[in-house]
Amino acid sequence: MLNAKSQKKENGSLLIKGGHLIDPAAKVNAPMDVLLRDGRVAEIAPPNKIRGAADEKFDARGLIVAPGFIDLHVHLREPGQSYKETIASGTAAAAAGGFTSVCTMPNTAPVVDTAEWVSWLRNPERGAVVNVFPIAAATRGSKGGTLTDFAAMQRAGAVAVTDDGKPILDDDVMRMALRLGAELNFPVVQHAEDTRMTENCSMHAGPTSFRLGLRAMPAAAEGEIVDRDVTLAQQIRESRLHVAHLSTSDALKSVRRGKRAKARVTCEVTPHHFALIDENVGEYNTNFKMNPPLRSATDLEAILVALADGTVDAIATDHAPHAVHEKQVEFERAAFGITGLETALALAITKLHREHRIPLTRVVELFTAGPARVFDLPHRGSLAKGDFADVTIFDPKKRWTFEAAKSRSLSHNTPFDGWQFTGKVAATIVDGKIVYQAE
Amino acid sequence: MNKPTRGSLLGIEHLETKEIQSLLSLARRMNPQKALPLLRGKRVVLLFYESSTRTRTSFEFAAKSLGAMTTLVQSSGSSIEKGESVIDTGYTLRAVGADCIVMRHPSAGVPHLMASHLDIPIINAGDGMHEHPSQALLDAVTILKHKRSLKGLQATIIGDIFHSRVARSACHLLTRFGVKMTLCGPPEFVPDVAATLVPGLRVTRHIEDALRGTDVIMLLRVQKERLAGQRIKLQDYIARYQMTAPRLKLAKRDAIVMHPGPIIRGLELTAEVADGPQSVIVDEVHNGVPTRMAILARALGKAK
Repeated sequence: MLNAKSQKKENGSLLIKGGHLIDPAAKVNAPMDVLLRDGRVAEIAPPNKIRGAADEKFDARGLIVAPGFIDLHVHLREPGQSYKETIASGTAAAAAGGFTSVCTMPNTAPVVDTAEWVSWLRNPERGAVVNVFPIAAATRGSKGGTLTDFAAMQRAGAVAVTDDGKPILDDDVMRMALRLGAELNFPVVQHAEDTRMTENCSMHAGPTSFRLGLRAMPAAAEGEIVDRDVTLAQQIRESRLHVAHLSTSDALKSVRRGKRAKARVTCEVTPHHFALIDENVGEYNTNFKMNPPLRSATDLEAILVALADGTVDAIATDHAPHAVHEKQVEFERAAFGITGLETALALAITKLHREHRIPLTRVVELFTAGPARVFDLPHRGSLAKGDFADVTIFDPKKRWTFEAAKSRSLSHNTPFDGWQFTGKVAATIVDGKIVYQAE
Repeated sequence: MNKPTRGSLLGIEHLETKEIQSLLSLARRMNPQKALPLLRGKRVVLLFYESSTRTRTSFEFAAKSLGAMTTLVQSSGSSIEKGESVIDTGYTLRAVGADCIVMRHPSAGVPHLMASHLDIPIINAGDGMHEHPSQALLDAVTILKHKRSLKGLQATIIGDIFHSRVARSACHLLTRFGVKMTLCGPPEFVPDVAATLVPGLRVTRHIEDALRGTDVIMLLRVQKERLAGQRIKLQDYIARYQMTAPRLKLAKRDAIVMHPGPIIRGLELTAEVADGPQSVIVDEVHNGVPTRMAILARALGKAK
């Protein structure tokens, strides 16, 4: 392992030439060349002003060069569910989507609730092509009862804890998790769902669920948990709360309240929650079934405002691959979740930038500096000299059609098959090496 | 996912008005005693994942009256018990030679799932809380036997509309033909969102308000366990929403009382109302066979 690492350091140099750099962390939005050397950013300079030599060049004319994208929320299904996805296939999909770092959720089989499993996920033998930052379980087996050994898992490389897929429901357990997190400067990620209100429910409660005759989740099931958690985060000094896949207008109000009170509260939003609403479920299309569910048009409007005004810290995919046999069943029995790594940037440019006029710099921030701050990933999410040589290069004007069948993910459960997008990843660079390049 | 095969009946909502009209007129011409063998040699599978008396037997009689062979497949005593998926069961029945599947399932949308995978007509005989199209059609046939036309009528549905596929299908069908509809019950059974199902629906909590001037009263079965689940006291429900003879007087003099069954005497209605001269509850059951003959003839026969 050590050997592999030291070899990695001598990986030469790469000059990204002719591109337009957007680095929100450094407030750069200008034509810049970028020189990467030995896994770090060696030099940033205006066009043709780089002094150092390079072994390789990448022609980025007409393209946006950005810090490597970070996805705070992916399910790569290992250990235990490699029929849905593996770390190798999931990170290949991440690379194709422009992500250079992904944070993996612990709801695997078994649950990642020990330092050993955290190390296992980070082992190079897993075949990851982008950086993998494990998020560990907050409670043993994610059963919501006894806290796990946060300190040991943090030492092993975990960047946060969560019981994702399920909420930490019990007030006392959540309080203890935030307290321990505060001591260790360790974020607690909450899947906010009051499961007492959502038993046997398969979509958002509204006119569509009534029309389809489906038991449905009220928006309050999310709002009430976020409200409680923000209150706890305000009470517990130095605690860090991150709200996963926030989907409702009410939850945003609570997050704003926490931020105004200077509590360390952050949140992420998924592309599907800013691109789709409950009506899109149509006639029981299980590729539109996920948790939290697609919400109302009013919720979507509130999310767009929050993405623009800075309330939302990051766009995260909640990439949740499932096999065909888990989706081609009764809507109520179908697995929750959709894939998302390869469509996130295209949705952000098409929907947020082009349709809703959110500046491209803000869109890039939501994929880079924003998520890097949420989990404190030093020298990532920015491209200053000395930062990690993780770069995402994309064409914001390229028109293309997404075909699920060509996805690098092992699973194809996406609602965006056949969608026409504007904005496409051109190349993804991890540790100074090109891990994905568009044809 | 493919489009449903022609002749499928998945729900009323997406059925074209002229298709509903032709089904209704075909149903009124069908006579189980003097039927043409339109379906001779056809195999109709009755696939029931949920219990049923009326719907199952009337579909079976309807198919047999038209000369088809039928077989009943239920969740117990079949491969479904062994964990076979809905789609695999469908593929199996198709391979055995089914020309049409009539199916009931406790989960909404399952006939749609089946129809998107099989190349034979799928008839929805009730899917979860979603739709029960053959019931809506036979109710329309029943109303038309007592009223000259649907247009301009006032109809009221009283009871647990939230859980009712019958109510949803009835709303889709009757409003399409100009019936003014009112839904009545406590918020737990008639949430405000129910009014969004189709344009023009009215929701009221007061049975007196719901009944005044109405031509058609449709009652729904109320399950005691659902009342308990919503913490509604049985006696309170009866006091506020039971259909009684004095309340019936609030409706038009020639109003008819309907119920998809099974009825619970003493709960949603009194025996006096159930057996009274305005009750057409038995009539509805009777109209089930010709209506389902029309549905099957449309699905498989030449009479399209």
